[in-house]
Amino acid sequence: MSTDLEQFYEIFFEESSELLADMETCLLRLDVNSPDLEDLNAIFRAAHSIKGGAGTFGFTDMTEMTHMLETLLDKLRKGELEVRSEMVDAFLRAGDIIKGQLAGHRGEGQADPAAAAAVCEELKRLSDETQVSAKENLVSNAKSELMPIEQEVGEIAEMATSSPAEVASGLTYCIEFSSAGINSAAMENLFANLQQLGRLEKVVSTDEKEFCKFKLTTSKSEEDIWETLAFVVDPAKLKIELDLPVRSEINASEAQTLISNVTATASSVGEAESAAANISSEPGYGFFPGAPAAPKNLDGSDLTENSLQPKSIDNGKNDDQAVSNKSSKKASAAAPASEASSIRVSIEKVDQMINLVGELVITQAMLAQTASQFDPVVFEKLHSGMNQLERNTRDLQESVMSIRMMPISFVFSRYPRVVRDLAAKLNKRVELKTVGENTELDKGLIEKIADPLTHLVRNSLDHGIEIPEKRVAAGKSAQGTITLRAFHQGGSIIIEVSDDGAGLNRGKILAKAKERGLPVHDGMTDQEVWLLIFEAGFSTAETVTDVSGRGVGMDVVKRNIQGMGGRIDIESALGVGTRISIRLPLTLAILDGLSVAVGDQMFIVPLNYIVESLQPTAADIKTVSGHGRVVQVRGEYLPVIALHEIFNLHPNVTAVHEGILVILEAEGYKAALFVDDLIGQHQVVIKSLESNYRRVQGVSGATIMGDGKVALILDTAALVMASQQEAV
Amino acid sequence: MAKTILAVDDSASIRQMVAFTLKGAGYEVIQAVDGQDALDKANTHKVNLVLTDINMPRMDGLQLLELLRQLSHYKTIPILMLTTESGNEIKAKGRAAGATGWLVKPFDPKRLLEVIGKVIG
Amino acid sequence: MPHEQSKIGTIAPSNSITSHLANEFLTFRLGEEEYGIEILKVQEIRGYDSITHIANAPEFIKGVVNLRGIIVPIIDMRIKFRLGNADYDQFTVVIILNVAGRVMGIVVDGVSDVISLGTDQMRPTPGFGSVIDTEYIMGLGTVDERMLILIDIEKLMSSSDMGLIEQSIN
Repeated sequence: MSTDLEQFYEIFFEESSELLADMETCLLRLDVNSPDLEDLNAIFRAAHSIKGGAGTFGFTDMTEMTHMLETLLDKLRKGELEVRSEMVDAFLRAGDIIKGQLAGHRGEGQADPAAAAAVCEELKRLSDETQVSAKENLVSNAKSELMPIEQEVGEIAEMATSSPAEVASGLTYCIEFSSAGINSAAMENLFANLQQLGRLEKVVSTDEKEFCKFKLTTSKSEEDIWETLAFVVDPAKLKIELDLPVRSEINASEAQTLISNVTATASSVGEAESAAANISSEPGYGFFPGAPAAPKNLDGSDLTENSLQPKSIDNGKNDDQAVSNKSSKKASAAAPASEASSIRVSIEKVDQMINLVGELVITQAMLAQTASQFDPVVFEKLHSGMNQLERNTRDLQESVMSIRMMPISFVFSRYPRVVRDLAAKLNKRVELKTVGENTELDKGLIEKIADPLTHLVRNSLDHGIEIPEKRVAAGKSAQGTITLRAFHQGGSIIIEVSDDGAGLNRGKILAKAKERGLPVHDGMTDQEVWLLIFEAGFSTAETVTDVSGRGVGMDVVKRNIQGMGGRIDIESALGVGTRISIRLPLTLAILDGLSVAVGDQMFIVPLNYIVESLQPTAADIKTVSGHGRVVQVRGEYLPVIALHEIFNLHPNVTAVHEGILVILEAEGYKAALFVDDLIGQHQVVIKSLESNYRRVQGVSGATIMGDGKVALILDTAALVMASQQEAV
Repeated sequence: MAKTILAVDDSASIRQMVAFTLKGAGYEVIQAVDGQDALDKANTHKVNLVLTDINMPRMDGLQLLELLRQLSHYKTIPILMLTTESGNEIKAKGRAAGATGWLVKPFDPKRLLEVIGKVIG
Repeated sequence: MPHEQSKIGTIAPSNSITSHLANEFLTFRLGEEEYGIEILKVQEIRGYDSITHIANAPEFIKGVVNLRGIIVPIIDMRIKFRLGNADYDQFTVVIILNVAGRVMGIVVDGVSDVISLGTDQMRPTPGFGSVIDTEYIMGLGTVDERMLILIDIEKLMSSSDMGLIEQSIN
């Protein structure tokens, strides 16, 4: 049967990405001075799982790297080696390499084999060092100590073939039996046969009669030995056990188990007989003779592979027991088992569901409108049914929308790494605190917020946090703090990046802005001055670093955030720190809007841009020659945007004071939108115009109203900006 | 009646590959994500063979083996270890815990079916 | 006719009308001419109802409608090709097309029927012009005495002429 493994690639890719992310989280959390065993185990498990999958799906580059990781991690978790920060660095780099390899297999870029080789080398060096230091007292030369590791690597490389070294050395069994009643010819014959199996060494010589005890080192299995002896010796008086020279008391019961297992095999000797003779060269699996349900006709390979190495069992068991004892309490307490309680669903399916629920909301609204025309007394049941339907529909919509919601920790989790790397590069000491990681927002926003946020974090670290000497001189702790905080406020999510660094310098920013020819004056509010740092080409960094660039990016941050329907606020105090807040809508799919009418058309104005609505008096309206109309609102003169002019509509009113002005604010500018009338406030499902049509100037999307009609959503920011250009 | 196999692995890709392969060969497959999950499922399903990974969160394959062998129905059914560790150490532990045999990862579907075929035909 | 006969011989085999075995076409009228479009491109036919205008769009783009939750642009072919009366009443029909992965509606003078054309009933694109540029014409079909102009609707709707899809400039 042939199976197309490719169909599982995608699952493997996703799974590996998650494991890598988990691994990184654990690594960053790891305290080098007192590493949490559970974390080490988790990291080991992640590497191990990736290795297993990579091996199965034939991604050998990943197998190699994860194997190196696993080797070193195994030593760490077994306590053979102490965790050092350079190891954590190497692990992080290895994680990056694996990410790259993963992307390469996904067809998203090219892995760098040279970098991979370098990290492999580094990991190998680290595990080698460990080996040497752990066995310093053995005073053996380093070269011979490297052997086992190379052997292990070799073993993985050709996992399907058994290691020749292992077969050659074999195991040592301690054999005891009573020779009473066996004639000397039979005894000689017996020893000759045993010698053919391997190296025979007498422990108890003939001085003690009728009792033989000797050691046999052989690559053959216990069954072979049994086989050889059982014809001559009474099985009841025969004892074969693995030679376990250094067994401690703790392992006594374990040894007993092993012995009893070996003894148990006596019954299956006959069955194993035929198999024992032929040694297959194709291992990769095997059965334990005598184990429950083991097949009757065992292959020889089974027995070969089954050769037990007592020393390694001993060491392994000891350490592993120690590990599991220490960690078991923690493990049961933590036990996230996320996979067991969640399912993977494609985002298309979720979006389809959201769309359908959106339709349902519209249908419900239409029905409600129709039902409202019936007498509520006569049609009491209809009305109560409609009320029930409305509640259910709202609940359904809310829960469906929540499917797309993800905790912001998906984004926050990447910053410990960013901060760690960057702080090291800049010789700064920084602690990253995160608050409100469980705050949820739309998956689409999660993806989009990551880059701008990264930029802000880097900027805080680069320009905000001072170098330790400066901090100490200013009476602060040498270590700076960057805090990422997320919380809900109304229908928005607020994400803050704050630092306890130098703060923004008003004078410097103003001077710089003047130098750049930006329209500034000394009477600007602090808030206005701070926002200048988001202007294109603006940078106050004294030294240009390759970290937060050359003033490139902060303007992009602002654009990206506005593109997501969000806005930025800055608070800062010189010498104390800076806090940048991003306010975003909870979801991209739904918008709180105000519906306005112009002629027979209806438009939606996003609520988050609206300051207020008012009906102006004729006296408030002024015409500025050549620049259209302005309206005076609380001492400010705002440009008037007449929607019917922009969209070439036939309005019901043309005199501004007969209509309504909706005061909008976008990107720090205000303008007044002139419409016929306000209709109402709605939560609308945003639909794309572009999926079947094209982008339309002044329109950001469309929605379907309760009557089934399409209403266009105004691109408020673009309208306001256009009005500013006209006015200037 | 089709034989039922309990496939235990914390790696979804491996588990699904195993399940796919086994189902293709006519076996019924129950999947479990770790030892604990497997133990729960073993208690509520009639299983003819257990195929388990060793290194798993919550409860590893060795613990699972030991606990399964204490259940009356699982005393005699084949339990195979699926593991990347081809070393003898892990095999010895598996054997002590009551494993019937082992299969080293990576493996291909053909070998998987071959091994399963040997124990439950 | 001998002139046209000689043209047939020059049709490349890759021409779409010869490469399809059984072709079904939805026929409709635009002014004096009868047109056919591949039925496979037609999603449904519906009446003309409340439409939302789009600011500053060409006159032939009447606006957008809600088609079961999807926003669909409506193009009046009569205005686009300056044919017939661009009146809207209960008899006005909109052909909803699914072309180039997009859904759009076209308003025409009237939908006639669905006909099946064999290869022998199809002729290559004639030399004479129709209101639609020959570039968008797949060929001609003849049914009894009627002549159908077979439109490559996908090509037409994707063209920059229609302005339905944002063209990447160079």
